[in-house]
Amino acid sequence: MTLSFLLLAAIAILGAAAAMNLKSAVHCVLALTLGMVGLAALYLQLGAQFVGLTQLLVYVGAVAILAVFAIMLTRSRTGETVAHGSASSRISGALTALLVFAVLAWAIFTGVSPQPLSGAQPEASVREVGVALMQRFVLPLEIIGVLLTAALVGAGVLAIEEKGGDR
Amino acid sequence: MSPLSGYLLLSALLFSLGLSGALTRRNAILVLIGIELMLNAANLNFIAFWRYGPHPEMLTGVMFVIFSIGIAAAEAAVGLSIIVAAYRHFRTTDLDKINFLKG
Amino acid sequence: MPEMVDQIFVLLKHWIMGYVPGSLQPLCSAILSVLPILVVFPLLFAITTVLERKGLGRMQNRYGPNRAGPWGILQPAADGIKSLTKEDIVPRSADQLVHLLAPVLIVIASFLVYSVVPVGRNMVVADLNAGVLFFFAIGSMVELAVFMAGWSSRSKYSLLGAMRAIAQMISYEMPMVLSGVVAIMAAGSLSTVTIVNMQAGYTGIWPHWYLFTPWGITGYILFMIAATAESNRCPFDLPEGESEIIAGYFIEYSGFKFALFFVAEYLGMMATSAMAITLFLGGWAAPFSFLTWIPSWFWFFAKLIFMLMIFIWIRGTLPRLRMDQLMNFGWKFMLPLSLINIVCAGLWHYLPAGFTRWSVISLLLLLSCFLLSRSLRRSKWFQERTYRFAS
Repeated sequence: MTLSFLLLAAIAILGAAAAMNLKSAVHCVLALTLGMVGLAALYLQLGAQFVGLTQLLVYVGAVAILAVFAIMLTRSRTGETVAHGSASSRISGALTALLVFAVLAWAIFTGVSPQPLSGAQPEASVREVGVALMQRFVLPLEIIGVLLTAALVGAGVLAIEEKGGDR
Repeated sequence: MSPLSGYLLLSALLFSLGLSGALTRRNAILVLIGIELMLNAANLNFIAFWRYGPHPEMLTGVMFVIFSIGIAAAEAAVGLSIIVAAYRHFRTTDLDKINFLKG
Repeated sequence: MPEMVDQIFVLLKHWIMGYVPGSLQPLCSAILSVLPILVVFPLLFAITTVLERKGLGRMQNRYGPNRAGPWGILQPAADGIKSLTKEDIVPRSADQLVHLLAPVLIVIASFLVYSVVPVGRNMVVADLNAGVLFFFAIGSMVELAVFMAGWSSRSKYSLLGAMRAIAQMISYEMPMVLSGVVAIMAAGSLSTVTIVNMQAGYTGIWPHWYLFTPWGITGYILFMIAATAESNRCPFDLPEGESEIIAGYFIEYSGFKFALFFVAEYLGMMATSAMAITLFLGGWAAPFSFLTWIPSWFWFFAKLIFMLMIFIWIRGTLPRLRMDQLMNFGWKFMLPLSLINIVCAGLWHYLPAGFTRWSVISLLLLLSCFLLSRSLRRSKWFQERTYRFAS
């Protein structure tokens, strides 16, 4: 429990909580981005430099921008603010989430680690990550390449405006 | 409390926050944001277990997170384009109002 | 003696660190590394603004600023005082918090990227394992800041400008990263320091810069075009488009916040130039082996100013593109060519060294460049436009 962990965890929780509770959709996306930056910093703190920077690149540079573009494209006439669901659905949703958290926390506190935790800071240099990607994980890498290409084409096809269709 | 359980607790909290957002929000984009948050909470678990686990030199946790980020990006792109397409049809992104099987 | 002058700043830091008590050493070391960045690059920004305005003036047959100080060199100081003392106006309907955060975020992101740029031998703030990735990851924060600025102002002009800027930056970020990949492939590392060290050798008097290979020069040119678009400079300055949307995403900013956007734009331009220097122009390495006695930091800043001159020259020369031309050029020319360039860099690695390798790769690149540009010219977007109501 170092100070840096507490600080970064506070940033991540603050961002996530704000993203789930703010009224304006754009504010939610910006808050989510703050949370993602906090998570990326946590990855860096844990020694996973490549993953942390990838997280920053993908979530701040791509997903947040995509989300705000989608919000801009789907603005309702009343503005960007969005209401929550009805009171009953809000309460039941919050209760479910609380229950899930309680179960997870109970599991974390009562669970016992089979081996002693390793204390040494492991190194995940870019070279090692690259070698692993090209040797042991080459098949998943290719599959994810195909998946991303399919997603690119699919997203384009879905979002493109049909010319002759009835609106 | 060991450092590992701190990370796990944070991850559980983020997961529950994402779940609550996905369950209570009515705007489709915000539901998608909640799902992204849940995915990221799982990623934090992988990294924490890689850091404190028995075989960090195998890089399994790191690899899993890299692929997971890739899938999350694909999911966000396709999900948001579906929302935009649905908006074009229904003129709303309110999930309660998008309730026809036949458009 | 040349080594002494070369390392003078490093030695100075070590000398100061000798007087610092042990507990304060990490903090003090960080401050001593960061402070020069925070001083030198804004100073360079001030010099660049004068250079740009004087240079553009000369190109357009006028004088440029010549009132403040001798030959107008105190113009940036006058501009700074003016923007500091101006009233800070925030639109009433604006989103106050986001409106305030946008200029702060854009300046922070613009400064952060300098932490991985090696400005001289042993002179880098952080030698990150994934330095180039860090550069692009932080650089992508600028897009979000631009959106925040445009959206929070609640003005149609600023929103349009922000949307244009983001669409342009996303379209040109991909060719930029992909054209930088060839240097990473050749060096076998994402660390900026390693990439520069790989280019610091000489054959005879000629340096081992990646610029002097067919894929290197293609990558460099693509990188510079993309960098021009990334920093919203002419001929890609549609997001600002004075004649259409007045000033783009920062139209509703005034006073010092406006100045911050201006600073960030120039800092971003210098940062991408610095990255181009690191990836293709050998960073701090001297251009000829007999010039190595000149200190490394001098060469870095000489190259940087040279690159800024090119930017100014381009701005004075080329007219603004249309939006569809911009998008077509980015997606149908830059992106395919940078992908082909990566394949060529891979082939280069496996072909035997010598004249054949040179000619084969150059031919491949020239051919693909020719074919791509021909298909662009054939498409209706680049043909001369006829106007129905104006003859």
